[in-house]
Amino acid sequence: MSSPRTAMAARPIEFFGDGISYLKGREVKGRLIVVEGPDGSGRSTQVGLITAKLESDGHAVVTTGLRKSELMSNSILEAKQSLPLGKRTLTLLYAADCANQLMHKVIPALEAGCIVLADRYIYTLMARSTVRGLPRRWSRDLFGFTIKPDLVFYLDVDPRELFHRVFQKYSGLDYFESGSDLGLSDDLYISFVRYQRMMMKEFRIMGREYGLVPIDANRSVVQVQGDLQRRIDGYLHGRA
Amino acid sequence: MHRMSGSGARKRPRAKLIVVEGIDGSGKSIQLHLLDKWLRHLGVLVFNTAWKPSAIMKEVTPKRRRRDLLTPPTLSLLHATDFADRYEREIRPLLRAGYFVLADGYVYEAYATDAVRGCHPRWVRRVYSFAARPDAVFYYDVPVEVGVERALTGRQRLNFYEAGTDLNLSNDEYESYRIFQSRIIEQYKAMASKERFVVMDGTMDMGLQQRRMREYVLGLLPPKLATIASKELNVS
Repeated sequence: MSSPRTAMAARPIEFFGDGISYLKGREVKGRLIVVEGPDGSGRSTQVGLITAKLESDGHAVVTTGLRKSELMSNSILEAKQSLPLGKRTLTLLYAADCANQLMHKVIPALEAGCIVLADRYIYTLMARSTVRGLPRRWSRDLFGFTIKPDLVFYLDVDPRELFHRVFQKYSGLDYFESGSDLGLSDDLYISFVRYQRMMMKEFRIMGREYGLVPIDANRSVVQVQGDLQRRIDGYLHGRA
Repeated sequence: MHRMSGSGARKRPRAKLIVVEGIDGSGKSIQLHLLDKWLRHLGVLVFNTAWKPSAIMKEVTPKRRRRDLLTPPTLSLLHATDFADRYEREIRPLLRAGYFVLADGYVYEAYATDAVRGCHPRWVRRVYSFAARPDAVFYYDVPVEVGVERALTGRQRLNFYEAGTDLNLSNDEYESYRIFQSRIIEQYKAMASKERFVVMDGTMDMGLQQRRMREYVLGLLPPKLATIASKELNVS
């Protein structure tokens, strides 16, 4: 039995860095669980399965992700297409969207005692920013206003395996996810693999810094899900 | 020139970044406009930039209803996005090319308004740490009543966020605006000495204010040009 036996304890809101002064001292009861990983790592599938499992266990779950905010999902996409936005501008635009979701969705849900499942969070944004040459310190500071998650998983897939999965799923490569804006190589396969390696390296660095839990996602969906469920259950019942 | 955080950003030696700051109705824009005319007359390469919503911000902010308000960190980051866009597109390349960049509002405006909205001051400064440090920042100091009266003359309606209506400072829109402006003044005053503002008395005769501004800017001109400009300034 893994259904919630006791209500989760309330604790003061904890920020990733320098927070929002006027929220200091507010209490949250829920938990924030993040699943990071590149496109094709099975991330969204896993988030869907975790949601179903947690709900069947009786937890109220709210899911969130990058680009899911009503406020700006359109403008981010449009801005990417119409204006050649600078890398710093784009990082800030994503941060603004993140702030909007945090204030309107994540914090209220945590206050209400929900488990918030994030399909990617600030770590992807920070890695993208660093890989594109912006100082690590700057993006760490920038995302200081966000809520510190309780658990962060990183779905680790070999870039060559990832390439096949992405091609099979979308029958093509995403411009940004293959690092095309970085001019790494004219050969899209090489560009993709190099870009994904650079991202993985950033995730390894952040993993040590922030305690991200790496999950071997070269395995089947069922195996990965079993692994994730065991760890989440362990955490929620104090066996982490 | 160096960045706000102190790490190096290069620009041509003759390039200068001159900023005016102050609340609405402080007279900063007209002073900057007059400085622009003078610099152009002297043959200096000038570019004007203002702290105002650009394409990105316009796409996101209008037509928003009260129930889905932009919260302080979102608003702060949207302003930062706009600024970064303008900075990467205009300010930085023009400083590199040797221009005099005249900025009507710069990062200090963000420091002041974001702090009033409850964002952490250190956080706001770090977000803007990429911006070049100006060669001169003129702060136009006016009592809040003077600024508010000047700003409201001839205006039909207040912009929702500009007026700080999101902060619920008062049920009266104009009272709310006045309180918001007075808090911004407090913020400006608190940072004035640390940020080395050149404080100008915004209630003084406008011609005299301009003369003081030009005298200060003489020191930023190349020596030969400064000599010529100085003679002109003393004749007029």
